[in-house]
Amino acid sequence: MGRTWAMIERELRRFRRSPMLIMVSLVFPIVQLVVLGYAFGGNVKHLKLAIVDQDHGVPAVRVHELASAASAGARTIDVLDYTDQGRAVGDLRNGLVNGVLTIPPDFSRRVLAKDAPRLALIEDNTDSFVSVALAGTMGGLIAAYPVPAKVPRLGLEPALDVVEVYPYVPYVQYLLPGSVVMSIFMMVMIGGGIIFIDDKARGLHEGYLVTPITKFELIAGFNVSGTIKAVLAGMFLIIIGSFIAGVPNPLGLVRLFRLLVVVIVTAFALISLMFLLMVRVTDPLLPRAIFGVLNTLLYFPSGAVYPQQGFPTWMQYIAVADPFTYAVHAFKNLLLKNTGFEAILFDLGFLLVFSVVSMSAATLLFKRTL
Amino acid sequence: MSAIEVRSIVKKFGQFVAVNGISFAVEKGEIFGLLGPNGAGKSTLIRMLTTLLPPTSGTALVNGFDVSTHADDVRRAIGVIPQAMTSDLELSVEENLIIFAKLYGVPRPRRRQLIDELLEAVQLTEWRHAPVKHLSGGMRRRVEIARGLVHEPRVFFLDEPTTGLDPVSRAAVWEMLRKVKAERDLTVLITTHYMDEADKLCDRIAIVDHGELKALDSPLRLKASIPSNNTLDVSFSSTPAGWIAALEGLPGVDSVAGEDQLFRISTRNGPATTLALMEAAGRAQIAVQSLSVQSTTLDDVFVHYTGRGLRDALQDAAPKDSAFMLRRG
Repeated sequence: MGRTWAMIERELRRFRRSPMLIMVSLVFPIVQLVVLGYAFGGNVKHLKLAIVDQDHGVPAVRVHELASAASAGARTIDVLDYTDQGRAVGDLRNGLVNGVLTIPPDFSRRVLAKDAPRLALIEDNTDSFVSVALAGTMGGLIAAYPVPAKVPRLGLEPALDVVEVYPYVPYVQYLLPGSVVMSIFMMVMIGGGIIFIDDKARGLHEGYLVTPITKFELIAGFNVSGTIKAVLAGMFLIIIGSFIAGVPNPLGLVRLFRLLVVVIVTAFALISLMFLLMVRVTDPLLPRAIFGVLNTLLYFPSGAVYPQQGFPTWMQYIAVADPFTYAVHAFKNLLLKNTGFEAILFDLGFLLVFSVVSMSAATLLFKRTL
Repeated sequence: MSAIEVRSIVKKFGQFVAVNGISFAVEKGEIFGLLGPNGAGKSTLIRMLTTLLPPTSGTALVNGFDVSTHADDVRRAIGVIPQAMTSDLELSVEENLIIFAKLYGVPRPRRRQLIDELLEAVQLTEWRHAPVKHLSGGMRRRVEIARGLVHEPRVFFLDEPTTGLDPVSRAAVWEMLRKVKAERDLTVLITTHYMDEADKLCDRIAIVDHGELKALDSPLRLKASIPSNNTLDVSFSSTPAGWIAALEGLPGVDSVAGEDQLFRISTRNGPATTLALMEAAGRAQIAVQSLSVQSTTLDDVFVHYTGRGLRDALQDAAPKDSAFMLRRG
């Protein structure tokens, strides 16, 4: 074990002497958390809505007032009055407005006659986020219009009351578990991938291979040191990220302990994967070249940024084999729901089995000679 | 028992034969040189002897242990300085030595004492806390030498230890090697493509080319083994008819080449040929305008045994080396 510790000591001393490396590997996931969290998490506002009133009756004016109220309140829409339907649609096509609400000439008559009055919303659906937000806003607005279409024959209609178990989770919080896994992966990729291959190419490994260190001690040295570095990165992001994302009670000791366990298991699973991928690689360009692909392949199918239920079938297959999936799920439970280990036992089990399988395969492939 | 014994060792990479049935023995306390151009098979040979590459066939014993069957015993007995600078640049001189002492399992009290002694021996005591990246090339090599000796090996392998160093640094490394070898009763095997390095440093030299052993002896004997061991470059004020024939008739002369008044004479006996030359010029009333006598160099030896100059061989080897590296990669 003394030789393994010598390898670990060497790696950690080198790590400590590389402040730029530490900075880059820690700052990137924080930047990603902040930028993605606030870029995707906010409410869409100030969508330009053209209203073409072809009716001018009192009910039409009421619709106009409701739209103006939404504009003044939630500021989701900015109302623009148009008199010409053709010009409004032309401006929609040219991107000057995001939607056109047409109040047809018989709207007031139908409202007063309780004859299913209809409004038309013409949308630019090339941007689904905008069109969904606009349709949602206008749907709510029309639902609030006080015109019962018909008198219900039954006195009671079924109603759904929604109760939320947890406090509101902003998107930046939703993204935090994925960013924690990403920070661990970044450190694994740089320390276990890029530096490992660079050292090999520079001939540093020759220096160890001529010593009496055993294959097991060498592999343990590389991987335990990589795990320690990744654990430091993961815990750093959990603490800083929790403050940034507004996670309640970010320094709770019990939860921090549970998080530490998941960070250690995740770090070991990812370093095992990286070691398996890099064990026979000698070209220093390769880890750099596959970094982007690997990052995309592991991060996005994991459910870190979007629910996996929305994925096509083939991507769900990737998600099943993706260690990120289980790490993200475990971190979501601990960070967003503050659960205990019982909720993440399967995740921990998968990550441990994944580590054992990957490390065993890598050990078989590792050559004690050049 | 020899410190190193190599018997018909072969290394193939696919169809490429890097080392082709080389045999030799290195006695204890010797500085033994493997001389040859890049791609000659020197590094492959040293990698087999240091357990980094398994031989395709043949055997090698280092300090009495077989490199194939008792690799760990071999590793404990050897110190190795690979061709590339393999010290950690971010770590200090002392940290590099400490890490390697731990890798070799040197006990803590002995480790401290050894590191102090070695830093003194390689004259880096005052640089012990400096990061290696701040040191010059020659100093880094000295760090590597100290690192290779941190576990008190019996046999020390150095793969082209002075490549890329300036002449002053090279001389310093030679001096350092002689000193540590004498102080620690080491056997040293060194590969080089520098003739002067092999000549000045080694007790015996093996000339290796295309993976084969071409010649093996002490530098003096190797130089004496080839037909001519002196070269005279001489110019005359004038050359009468039949002058080349007169020069060829001088004692010890093997060959005469030249044009106009400038001649190069290869001889087995430099002093006798020079004396006879001066007498012949006097008798013919020809003035000797310039005369220089050169001893046979290892380059001449290399040309004799391989059929080409080492400099040419180095240039020829460059593309082969690249191909070899790619194949191995």
